[in-house]
Amino acid sequence: MNNEGIIIDGPNVAHGAESATDHHGHEHHQPHFVWKYIFSQDHKIIARQFMVTGIIWAIIGALFSVFFRLQLGFPDSTFPVMEKFLGEWAKGGKLSPEFYYALITMHGTILVFFVLTAGLSGTFANLLIPLQIGARDMASPFMNMLSYWFFFAASILMFVSLFIETGPASGGWTTYPPLSALKEASMGSGLGMDLWLMGMSLFVVSSLLGGLNYISTVLNMRTTGMTMTRLPLTIWALFFTAVLGVLSFPVLFSGVVLLIFDRNFGTSFYLSEIFIGGKALPHVGGSAILYQHLFWFLGHPEVYIIMLPGMGMASEVLSTHSRKPIFGYFAMIISLIGITLLAFLVWAHHMFVTGMSPFLGSIFVLLTLLIAVPSAVKVFNWLTTIWRGNLRFNPPMLFALGFVSLFISGGLTGIFLGNSALDIHLHDTYFVVAHFHIVMGVSAFFGMFAGAYHWFPKMFGRFMNNTLGYIHFFITFAGSYLIFWPMHYEGIAGMPRRYYDFSAWESFKHFQGVNSFISIVSIIVFFAQLLFVFNFFVSIWRGRKMTTLNPWGSTTLEWTTPINPGHGNWIGEIPEVHRWPYDYRDDGHGGDFIPQTTPLRPGEESH
Amino acid sequence: MSAVLIVALVILVFVVIYQVGKASEYALVIRGEEKVKAQANRVVAFLLLLLFPLGCWGIWYCNSIFMDRMLPVAACKTGVNYDSMFNVTVLVTGIVFFLTQGVLFWFCFKFQATEKRTSFFFAHNNKLELIWTTIPAIAMAALVAIGLRNWFDVTSPAPPDATVVEVMGKQFNWVIRYPGKDNELGKRDFRKINDANNIMGLDWNDPHNMDDVIAQNGELHVVVNKPVKLLIGSRDVIHDVGLTHFRLKMDAVPGITTTLWFTPTITTDSMKLITKNPDFVYEISCDQMCGKGHYSMRGTVIVQTQADYDKWMASQQSYYAGNAPSAPKADTAKAANESVKEVTMK
Repeated sequence: MNNEGIIIDGPNVAHGAESATDHHGHEHHQPHFVWKYIFSQDHKIIARQFMVTGIIWAIIGALFSVFFRLQLGFPDSTFPVMEKFLGEWAKGGKLSPEFYYALITMHGTILVFFVLTAGLSGTFANLLIPLQIGARDMASPFMNMLSYWFFFAASILMFVSLFIETGPASGGWTTYPPLSALKEASMGSGLGMDLWLMGMSLFVVSSLLGGLNYISTVLNMRTTGMTMTRLPLTIWALFFTAVLGVLSFPVLFSGVVLLIFDRNFGTSFYLSEIFIGGKALPHVGGSAILYQHLFWFLGHPEVYIIMLPGMGMASEVLSTHSRKPIFGYFAMIISLIGITLLAFLVWAHHMFVTGMSPFLGSIFVLLTLLIAVPSAVKVFNWLTTIWRGNLRFNPPMLFALGFVSLFISGGLTGIFLGNSALDIHLHDTYFVVAHFHIVMGVSAFFGMFAGAYHWFPKMFGRFMNNTLGYIHFFITFAGSYLIFWPMHYEGIAGMPRRYYDFSAWESFKHFQGVNSFISIVSIIVFFAQLLFVFNFFVSIWRGRKMTTLNPWGSTTLEWTTPINPGHGNWIGEIPEVHRWPYDYRDDGHGGDFIPQTTPLRPGEESH
Repeated sequence: MSAVLIVALVILVFVVIYQVGKASEYALVIRGEEKVKAQANRVVAFLLLLLFPLGCWGIWYCNSIFMDRMLPVAACKTGVNYDSMFNVTVLVTGIVFFLTQGVLFWFCFKFQATEKRTSFFFAHNNKLELIWTTIPAIAMAALVAIGLRNWFDVTSPAPPDATVVEVMGKQFNWVIRYPGKDNELGKRDFRKINDANNIMGLDWNDPHNMDDVIAQNGELHVVVNKPVKLLIGSRDVIHDVGLTHFRLKMDAVPGITTTLWFTPTITTDSMKLITKNPDFVYEISCDQMCGKGHYSMRGTVIVQTQADYDKWMASQQSYYAGNAPSAPKADTAKAANESVKEVTMK
């Protein structure tokens, strides 16, 4: 593969790399709107497509959480406004139990897959990989375009499922059979489940097309001098994210296909000895637990697919805005490798109480708690990175710091859940809800926000508003802790997750006041996120213009491109790289950083 | 009308916040970028420093209001071990939590950007990396050791003298089967299930079934200080037997029998005194999403003395007596020819 031969902007369009330099001739064609913005093969446009689609999904997913938080916080009240949105599902302003379960299912599916996988990796892998490694575009821009459009098709199916009569899938985001396999078991296991399965299959295709492309781009398309050990940590993180996705998504796909067979073609992969809907089913010999193994073989790496991009971006942002190199660059890479390897070996810690062999369980305890070691290394390295730095608290930096704080909090509760002897009580309680929302929900979102604020100038040539960014940060940060901290106590008291109403339970009903408090805070935090969306879209057109190429004083390659780079990224030659990406030190001319493109000074040693 | 007002209010708030944001940008231009940014940096650094004590106060406040809402003392021996292990883990993670968060917010304040400060070029140090790889590894090893000891304790085979009781989940309630006088649970087969008169699919050809007692109200009666072993199953989707007060949980999976055993140490009546709650009851919650009635799938555990238990058991009629099949003969002939394996519950 070579960097100069990959750009085709659709039919009848001049070679992209040439057209960027060629301003004199009448052969120069502006690509048609459709090829430039819709069926675009430019990685930067595709990144924006993923971002905008991700934002739309995030609003829908978060709105769902507001609806079911209203039910949980105020089970005795009615909210007529919900009837306006949901119609029959919230007759008289009271959510029906069926739709409550549909909402939590879709909230999970949307946020985990459509926002924090596609929206996060899709956006930042596409934007940053070519820009930071010095490539004109992805290894296959066409596959990259397909990746977005498969995601779009998956989105359509998932979106359509929200409007059908029996409602969307409602068996939880993990959709365990037999509940999800049998139409008699729940309303959402009808057409809604079929759409969910088809949507997820297309999603896996999208994810594979994207992932293979990211891997081959990182391995093959780096500019002269950009050795693997000179890659910014964002790229390392996005690279391992893609590796995780490519190796684990096919397993989910197989699980999904078998489920489609069980649902529609009479097979018994997951079904055995079931009596439902007034009759005994013919299925014998399947295992419902098999699905859980297949699901979590993706499901656990999925957690790291969500976390790693945030880790990479937080590393980059912390280093840049501390004006200090990331501490322990190699330790950071090794810990990423460690996390990636272990991610494949811990899936069954989600299944300690399924009746799995206790001995097997003990192996998974050991491997699970082992992940705490590379994670701890990362945290200590981040803390040392800001030690004796010169910290600039702009919104990206604040979100990166918030990321570290939340990652610590959520990571520590993982030590409880990874230990089967403690999980046996905490499993499927609000403790789990609090744990994973903090560590892979909010924390990953903080990584994403850090990236969004940091690279917004690169994406749109303008800045987002700082003041709104500050308000967004403080409300979201305080709000996240206010929402999820109390949930730990509920979980320790054994309060199960996915309950529609606790008022009949002697053991749990005294948490009603806490639930109301959590609901109120989550509604406030929801509006704070709308503030971000508002800031994002207004700033695209009205934000303060970027006037210098490198506003943050960053060392990496993306800031050597023009303010609004065309397809092909650099005018003329791609710059050459001479040093590692974190040379934040005196450059000898009063500056406090040395870009990667600056040749080594005489006598200077490479990092 | 009120909805319109609320929407208008929300929009208004947004516009105001946006205008504030916009104004701050003009201020940036008028007062000079460097000056405004330096000032904002100082304010934010101070706010971040404030977050830590505020957070600590919040944690203290949470603890104070939640303490009396937490679970009472564990009602079995493994549960007591559970609680002490939980406390050890809280201690270990708590120390790490306060140290790292404290350091994070303190560094933010201490090393905020000023004109005078230049950052210290400190790229790597293998000794430090080694220290903070080893210490977490040792801490984890200790936690794994405690964890596995408890885990093998909880999952060890039940003592031979344990009472065996079957717990079956169905949408959306728990059905409990007691072995009756012969102390033996009879065979059952999901094909024989009939909601009218054979809710668990008992095989009437098996004499062990004749005296089995089924509690359809989800009441699990157990004797205090006597081990009880649960055979857990499901007849439709996956459920989960959640025994919060005993710190135990086990899935009920159709087609698979899972087990759980424990020795209850506190009777329901004693627990009423301990919790000072006359309505106290040990509850069985379903902890695995099982459909629209998941949240209402409630059972109860009645821990009682042997005398109370015997009295209760004596008042129960066997399921067979209440639901004797009308034509068992035809059933027998069919069952004899059946080659498909039967579910044995022994």
